[in-house]
Amino acid sequence: MDQIIIQTLHGLVNGMVLAMVASGLTLIFGIMDIVNFAHGDLLMLGAFVGASVLGVTGNYWLALLVAAVVIAVLGAALQVTTLRPLIGRDPLTTILATFGVSLVLQKYALWQWGPSVRQISEPVRGDFTLFHLQYPWYRIVTAILAALIIGGLWLFLKYGKYGIWIRATTQDRVMAQAMGIPVPLVYTAVFAIGSAMAAASGVLFGPFAGVTQTMGFDFTLRAFIVVVVGGMGNLGGSILASIFVSLLEAYAAIVVSPAQAVIVSFIVLVLTMLFRPTGLFVPTPK
Amino acid sequence: MTASIAARPRSPAAPYWTGFAVVVALLVIAPLVLPPFWQRFATEILIWGLLAMSSDILIGYTGMVSFGHSAFFGLGMYGAAAALLTIKPPSLGLAVLYGLVAAAGAAVFVAYFATRLRDIYFAISTLVFSQIFYVIIFTWTEVTGGENGLTFRQPPFAIPGLFSVPFTRNGLHWFVLAVVALSYLLLRRITQSPFGMVLQSIRENEPRTRAIGYHVERYKIVAVMLSGLFAGLAGVLYAIQNKFAAPDFVLFLISGETVIFNVMGGMGTLVGPVAGAAFFLLMKEVFSRVFYEYYLIPVGVIFTLMVIFLPQGLLGFLRRRLNQ
Amino acid sequence: MLVLDNVDAHYGKSHVLHGVSIEVRAGEVVGLLGRNGVGKTTTLKAIMGMARRTGGRITFEGRDLHGVPPHGLAGLGIAWVPEERRIFRLLTVLENLRTGLDRRGVTPARREGLLEKVYAYFPILKERRNQAGGTLSGGEQQMLAIARAVVLEPKIILLDEPTEGLMPRMVAQIQEIVHALHREGVAILLVEQNVPLTLDAAGRVYIMEKGAVRHHASSRELRADQRVIHEYLGV
Repeated sequence: MDQIIIQTLHGLVNGMVLAMVASGLTLIFGIMDIVNFAHGDLLMLGAFVGASVLGVTGNYWLALLVAAVVIAVLGAALQVTTLRPLIGRDPLTTILATFGVSLVLQKYALWQWGPSVRQISEPVRGDFTLFHLQYPWYRIVTAILAALIIGGLWLFLKYGKYGIWIRATTQDRVMAQAMGIPVPLVYTAVFAIGSAMAAASGVLFGPFAGVTQTMGFDFTLRAFIVVVVGGMGNLGGSILASIFVSLLEAYAAIVVSPAQAVIVSFIVLVLTMLFRPTGLFVPTPK
Repeated sequence: MTASIAARPRSPAAPYWTGFAVVVALLVIAPLVLPPFWQRFATEILIWGLLAMSSDILIGYTGMVSFGHSAFFGLGMYGAAAALLTIKPPSLGLAVLYGLVAAAGAAVFVAYFATRLRDIYFAISTLVFSQIFYVIIFTWTEVTGGENGLTFRQPPFAIPGLFSVPFTRNGLHWFVLAVVALSYLLLRRITQSPFGMVLQSIRENEPRTRAIGYHVERYKIVAVMLSGLFAGLAGVLYAIQNKFAAPDFVLFLISGETVIFNVMGGMGTLVGPVAGAAFFLLMKEVFSRVFYEYYLIPVGVIFTLMVIFLPQGLLGFLRRRLNQ
Repeated sequence: MLVLDNVDAHYGKSHVLHGVSIEVRAGEVVGLLGRNGVGKTTTLKAIMGMARRTGGRITFEGRDLHGVPPHGLAGLGIAWVPEERRIFRLLTVLENLRTGLDRRGVTPARREGLLEKVYAYFPILKERRNQAGGTLSGGEQQMLAIARAVVLEPKIILLDEPTEGLMPRMVAQIQEIVHALHREGVAILLVEQNVPLTLDAAGRVYIMEKGAVRHHASSRELRADQRVIHEYLGV
């Protein structure tokens, strides 16, 4: 029983982090039809930048902020140089291009920071007591932060002036342009936002398992699964799906090893694609 | 030589066959004149070239981008390992058989998805599938040797009942060359047949192909099976050449590299991906001298630039240049 | 003000516009009539940079529109109300209007003023302002599309078949709006199949057939001699 409670907490916390990553991915896909293979690597770079800043300043919150900003700029640069020329081309070309970028980013991280695992120390010490169980506070804090950030994103999209621009462009790019919305700029901004969220996720996740140059791939994989299961381009759906899939994986980890628990996600993906291809949490289209 | 192949893809005219013969002849002589390192290199190019060709069937001809080739390759490898470890004396034929059957098994699975999913969803699920596969191999230590993989002895080149001769280094190279060359000829025959034409038609415009009356699903299934089988064969060859099977080769990166070969060389040309494999491996060698293990940085940059500016690959680029 | 000079356009290999020359002066209402598929919408799309222009020039206030990016046209004063209306379905009525209101250089006071203006024209929009665009009826969506263009404070509105599929009462309302906008000095290039409405609203009319302009006359002349209308529109 204790196991189940702990795993539930794990699932929820991991789910929130994954939700942050998937939100960025689904936003990017929804607006410009790009399946960003390098998303997890942006997360990874964010974690490394965060680790470095933390090492220099000792301030976790500063590290989080700097990582998000730096990677946002990197993301914008990437979009302008490699993805803008590909607008209008076959979407599979963008998978290939972002795959190439992913390789470069991974190896760059290896070159810049070396192969050893970096540490990001927890921002908050101590354990949280639930009944007689102990659970690290920082993980709870992480989940809350993730929820806040996602909430902030949602508010921005719903009420902000630029949020309206983003939603309009997602729905009808041509008409948005006709209304004077500078679509190319919106694309770059969205990519930057997605990158920033990925980077922040990286820093938040850092204390969980250390920072390595391959940590991004697992996230990319899970984020892809979650975005499909949640309905591509559907923000709410991908958040729900993130929690759902993470919980399932956490429970599965009771029975099999954590590395094997990812198979559960795969099964969910397969079932979704076969029976509800528009997404598990999306009402079936008429 | 490449020029004549590119300029006349349909008619097997004299220049084409001459070119082909020249390449084969060069590869035959290779082990005799090259230093051992480059000799191995030549053999490896052949094997990766076969893998690249198998992938081209799906990506280049049928238009289905797949990141799952590491699974087929890996299954071929581990299948051969299984035969060579469990059956004494080690038999070449059985190694090939086991490997192909294992790869075929995975191919059936993937083929099922190919018929139900399109484009991005298919690509993502092959990606996930190959990763799952890696996890299984990595963690099922009792069967697969886990992280360390399996080692075994190289089987002799044997036709049961007739003769049995252990492979020399040259002999192995020629064997691989023979298998790859035959595979190439077979694949070429298939892609230039009406079947191959339908595949390309599916790539260009699937709804229209379906509307004309072709059973698109059946063609896709066959394409996946073919692709998987030849990828598995490449895995078998790799196992035989190196005498080990390791999870590293089931990593997604292998699938990724395969896709790189295809894009760099020129999709849908069969020859292109082989050239792409050679080009990539060469670049890897050269850049490794300068950048050590960071060779993927410049290679990755070149790949990305090629996707953007040279989507037709090297072969396409050459083709255009020579047609001007 | 808006001049199309011998414009050719292609969709892929199809040659869809042949030497189209049209002019709309400041404050004018100009009609573009023709049967289905003759190229009226394509002409508007060519102005908006959405069809591949392969010959001729399009200028607005003397400036060649060739190099202008698609999102720059609204800033120049050109507003587009497309045939399919293209309401942002998942945005509320107010948010739809905001895509035009939230421009640079518009003070909050002016924004309020513009909003009140379109609410005065279209009271139903004020009522439905927090409803999603996709839940509006056809006529209401048409009004929203026009309102959206109006808040851009354009110099010219490209109106594509505004009365298509609307009930007579709504058609009359549209007619009213066109008159009101004309009184305000906004130029309108009105593409329509509704002949009486066009002749009433527009000062001059171009008639197209098979991708080219075949006839050009004042609406007074066309009203007097109905034969031309019969010939090209079979009405």
